[in-house]
Amino acid sequence: MISKSFKKSLWIFHVNSGSCNGCDIEIVAALTPRYDVERFGIKLVGSPRHADVMALTGPITSDMEDKVKRVYEQMPDPKVVLVVGSCGISGGVFHESYHLAGPVNKVLPDATCVYVPGCPPRPEAIIDGVVKAWKFLESAGGGE
Amino acid sequence: MTGELFFKVVMGTIGMAIFAILLGLSFKGIDRKIAAHMQSRVGPPLRQPFWDVGKLLIKDSVVPKNAVSWLFNFAPVICLASSITLLLYIPIAGYGPLLQGHGDLILILYLLTIPALSMVAGGFASGSPYATVGAQREMVTMMSYEFPLAVAAISIAWKMSDAFKGDVFTLSFISSHPIWNNVGLLGIIGLLFLLLAVVIILPAELSKIPFDVAEAETEIAGGLLVEYSGRNLALFYLADGVKTFALSSLVVAIFFPYNISQFFALGSIPAFIIDFLFFLLKVSLVMLFAVTLVRVGVARLRITQVVSTYWIAVTLMALLGLVLLMWDSQILTIRWW
Ligand code: SF4
Repeated sequence: MISKSFKKSLWIFHVNSGSCNGCDIEIVAALTPRYDVERFGIKLVGSPRHADVMALTGPITSDMEDKVKRVYEQMPDPKVVLVVGSCGISGGVFHESYHLAGPVNKVLPDATCVYVPGCPPRPEAIIDGVVKAWKFLESAGGGE
Repeated sequence: MTGELFFKVVMGTIGMAIFAILLGLSFKGIDRKIAAHMQSRVGPPLRQPFWDVGKLLIKDSVVPKNAVSWLFNFAPVICLASSITLLLYIPIAGYGPLLQGHGDLILILYLLTIPALSMVAGGFASGSPYATVGAQREMVTMMSYEFPLAVAAISIAWKMSDAFKGDVFTLSFISSHPIWNNVGLLGIIGLLFLLLAVVIILPAELSKIPFDVAEAETEIAGGLLVEYSGRNLALFYLADGVKTFALSSLVVAIFFPYNISQFFALGSIPAFIIDFLFFLLKVSLVMLFAVTLVRVGVARLRITQVVSTYWIAVTLMALLGLVLLMWDSQILTIRWW
């Protein structure tokens, strides 16, 4: 029952690592009355210490590299990274740009990542990504 | 005798703790559901707070490197424990409080500050600049609402001592002699002012919008709670629920101590059930008006605005209530003489 509570209650900390703001707006759209993720117990929190999921938008610029790492380390276990947008997967439209440290799997090589492709992805896709994140958290939480 | 009392207090406290946590979390669920409906969302299920606590309990509890770790871990426990202690002094559903005869309204005024103080201590102990800012803001907020709250409590106790002989400062006395029945027209207006003042103070006591400057997620990343995670955060979360329930039932005990069971011819057990349900209804109405509606309806104030609201507007309101209550008894006395 306890590991099931991840499924019902997932707190998200949003990190913008140099995105174009398109993905961020879609994350906000998922919180609006139309999609209302709170009905699944998904909540945006203000501190990485409270979070289970880091919603990472953008391709990780070299400026943001150590900040993203630090935020990831500040989150308590078990945790998952939700990479929102094509930027975090491959660099997207910023592919091969001179100031990229990313994509995400280069900066956080041992993090569990859930990828949501799209430029920007639709809110439904983001919610679907969160559902996938549950599965990881559930197995991580149940194993302890 | 002392052994028996000791046993009663220990068992009662454990029972009350379970009861308070269950009710506190349920009220949190109701609050979130209503808030969601007001924003035309579906909202989380009523059981959501229980899931949240369950999840927090299996998370890691991180203690930051530059935190004072014993204080950091101790503060959440004190916060929850003092919120539950508060409830031991408050009459529930027309029945006397568990620690009846061991403390009065003044003690409750002091107990009310302990959860907030322990949050301040935890904030300072976590060694994060955000938490420090949050702790300072919480202290400033406390200083600003403490005075009008004291004025409101004292006016009511004074009015009771004017009208009755006996232990007028104890809550069980106040709640068994509804104050509205003992005042004239002026007094009723005065009481309405006091009620309004107390209802405006509730969100600040509970760190809710518009007075949640100490926990502002968007400006200072959760403020006091920024470094808390896992079990410690769950304790604060529970304490918040318990505190909400305790304060709402305090308002009910002072201002709305009526029961409905005397209107039905019932045996003692159905009467208790009816009174208890009615009590829960009253508490949730208080919570709805003092917390939920306000929380959804307005935005967060700045810290300076919080201080001036309490020191000017709310204090004036409470003092006006006090003066009206005084006039009320004087005019009544003149007429009777
Ligand atoms: S994936 Fe597209 S929309 Fe999202 S941050 Fe990158 S460029 Fe912007």
